[in-house]
Amino acid sequence: MTRRVIDRFGRKRGNLIPILQNVQKELGYLPSQTMAEIARFLDTHEIDVYGVVTFYNQFRLNPPGKHSIRVCLGTACHMKGGYITLDAWKRRLKIDRGQTTPDREFDLDTVACVGCCVMAPVTVVDDKPEGQVEPTKVDGILLAFGREKEKR
Amino acid sequence: MKTGQPKAATFDEIKRQAEARWQELQGAKAVIMVGAATCGRAAGALEVLRAFKSELKKQNLDCPVFVVGCMGHCYAEPIVVISKPPHPPIVYQQVNAVIARRLVKEFILGDDPCLEFVLGALEASELVPSLADFPRAQFEQKIILKNCGFIDPEDIEHYVANGGYAALAKALQITPEKVIAEVKESGLRGRGGAGFSAGEKWQICRDTAAKTKYVICNGDEGDPGAFMDRAILESDPHSVIEGMLIAGYAVGAQQGYIYVRAEYPLAAHRTQIALRQAKKLNLLGKNILGSDFSFDIKLFEGSGAFVCGEESALIASLEGKAGTPSHRPPYPAVSGLYGQPTLINNVKTLAFIRHIIDKGAKWFAAIGTKDSPGTAVFALAGKVVSTGLIEVPMGTTLRQVVFDVGSGIPKGKSFKAVQIGGPSGGCLPESALDLPIDFDSLTQAGAMMGSGGMIVLDEEDCMVEIARYFLEFTQRESCGKCTFCRLGTRQMLETLGEFTKGKGEIKDLDTLTELAEDIKAGSLCGLGRTAPNPILTNLRYFRDEYEAHILEGRCPALMCQELIAYYIIPEKCELTCDACVGTCTVEAISSHPKKRYKIIDQEKCVKCGTCLTSCPPQYNAIIKLSPPEVPKSK
Repeated sequence: MTRRVIDRFGRKRGNLIPILQNVQKELGYLPSQTMAEIARFLDTHEIDVYGVVTFYNQFRLNPPGKHSIRVCLGTACHMKGGYITLDAWKRRLKIDRGQTTPDREFDLDTVACVGCCVMAPVTVVDDKPEGQVEPTKVDGILLAFGREKEKR
Repeated sequence: MKTGQPKAATFDEIKRQAEARWQELQGAKAVIMVGAATCGRAAGALEVLRAFKSELKKQNLDCPVFVVGCMGHCYAEPIVVISKPPHPPIVYQQVNAVIARRLVKEFILGDDPCLEFVLGALEASELVPSLADFPRAQFEQKIILKNCGFIDPEDIEHYVANGGYAALAKALQITPEKVIAEVKESGLRGRGGAGFSAGEKWQICRDTAAKTKYVICNGDEGDPGAFMDRAILESDPHSVIEGMLIAGYAVGAQQGYIYVRAEYPLAAHRTQIALRQAKKLNLLGKNILGSDFSFDIKLFEGSGAFVCGEESALIASLEGKAGTPSHRPPYPAVSGLYGQPTLINNVKTLAFIRHIIDKGAKWFAAIGTKDSPGTAVFALAGKVVSTGLIEVPMGTTLRQVVFDVGSGIPKGKSFKAVQIGGPSGGCLPESALDLPIDFDSLTQAGAMMGSGGMIVLDEEDCMVEIARYFLEFTQRESCGKCTFCRLGTRQMLETLGEFTKGKGEIKDLDTLTELAEDIKAGSLCGLGRTAPNPILTNLRYFRDEYEAHILEGRCPALMCQELIAYYIIPEKCELTCDACVGTCTVEAISSHPKKRYKIIDQEKCVKCGTCLTSCPPQYNAIIKLSPPEVPKSK
């Protein structure tokens, strides 16, 4: 899998970040074997790849949940209670930011700003920005997921 | 490129074809445009789009529906424009699937424009007021946002038919030196924040002899609360590409990169489509429009690091390294990407270029103020009625922006401050509202033009908390290279954190000021050099709030969670109502066993404020107390 993605790129150091992005798109995260493989491919040290991966917020070292919850903490969201929304997610999912629920259904994280400041406070649920997410809407979103699960 | 004579169309041919298609569209019986930039999508624009399409199919109507970008009236999203002559094009606000179906049945099929959903019209008419007659339109002047929301960003012909790529064709007819002279004469200053003269930058890059040169478009709009670049890339990506092409021609570059933030997938997607379409028409690639000029552009997606908005860090990131800034000089215009001369301009700066080439430097220089010509684009958000994307001439006052363009503060609350420039800027109080907006006056007041995020704060926003918020942001995003930035911001953050809990001492304020100066002096890049700005301006204008936190353990804005408590006034509580009991997310509210009024269990309360919003306005029984001393229940 990793190989297939890597082979689309040239062996140029400048391609490191696009390679990492594409591998993560496939696998959902960057396992250590993969990082080692990428380092070999680009003829660089593993530590360099690891250094880049941990520098950027986008890359993750552990597998994500089935649904991703990203609470926006941009200025407008924060001032309109984004931190309260984050608390609500933490309370309901019983995990902290950067973690995944034990059943691997949800992972919770924050994002600096998704640029939908007008809809503050925003939570990005599975790539879809949801506006005005207050604690009651958190419950609503989770309820919708519960129903979806039952349907299946 | 294939050998032999390529079938390169001349610009006139491309233009003719695009205009013919555009005319055809205008001549259609009815056209529907759905605003679907990220903010429109968040409000449900895609469902609206689907509803239109399915209803048209159901009614067997052949009416073109296409997606446009952001018109700037974000408070009214999702926005739909329906143009059905002889009616003027009408803008509908807060459209949902039900309204969409109704519009098809009653307006497209019938002839009732459903005025109850209207925001305004795009042309003057007796039917509905025109958007141009809105108070905000008196203060706005749209140059780079002109196309946004009115053309399909995924269709190059829409752009060409609206004057697009004419500036490129014009530039290719004159010498690069002349192009640079024009940009210099216009007085255009970089819109990334610092406001360096764009023409000067181009000249330096042109004058540096090298075989390979690069042009980079900086779309790493990291400031929380800013979304201008996103909106432009999502709504009018070709204007940025055209600006890059002209820049590439002027400085003698062959390769360009558009660096888009990781958090903007839609902007990246639309830019990618635009690049492909431009290539197809030979507006990008080898021998552009039959000239000797060859230029290619690649899209590069960032990976989520605020510091990459700094040009030397951005270059490191493009080279596949961790984005840490390096010492300048040498500036990138002399030695940038892979050691070659590199021109880096912000999205908005590049978007201005085509207008300057098209209409001339004099036209541009006449707009705005003498030292900051042109317009300023702001993302207006926070506690303001008409949130959205605005473009005003430089020199407009902050008061006009907040109260005239933004229509003031909602819910009858009073204005407290306006935050400009994100984590590098500051909060300006009422007394600074009459400042004209330009690069220099904002810096003098302690804020900064920055990239253009503008957040309005009202009486319920705590100034200590907002300073702490920005420090938390810069502290997390500090790349760690410079000691003062790495450790200094952490120290400041800890001190501010104590304040929001009502701890700390008055003398800490002086330590903070001292520390701020040291961080400014001891940091390499803009992140560290401007990180203390929010706290410095805050101390200058809102010192009393800090004192209230430290000395009285009280948060005057009732925001800091550790310093407030929610309390239900027994006399006001309606005994038969239990709105708060049902909505409380942690089941902390119960009835008094005998007297039936509601009581909040302070131990359980998480201070989310849901009860406050759920308490019916006719009772209005819940209040916030600070300091958090709740009267004992009887």
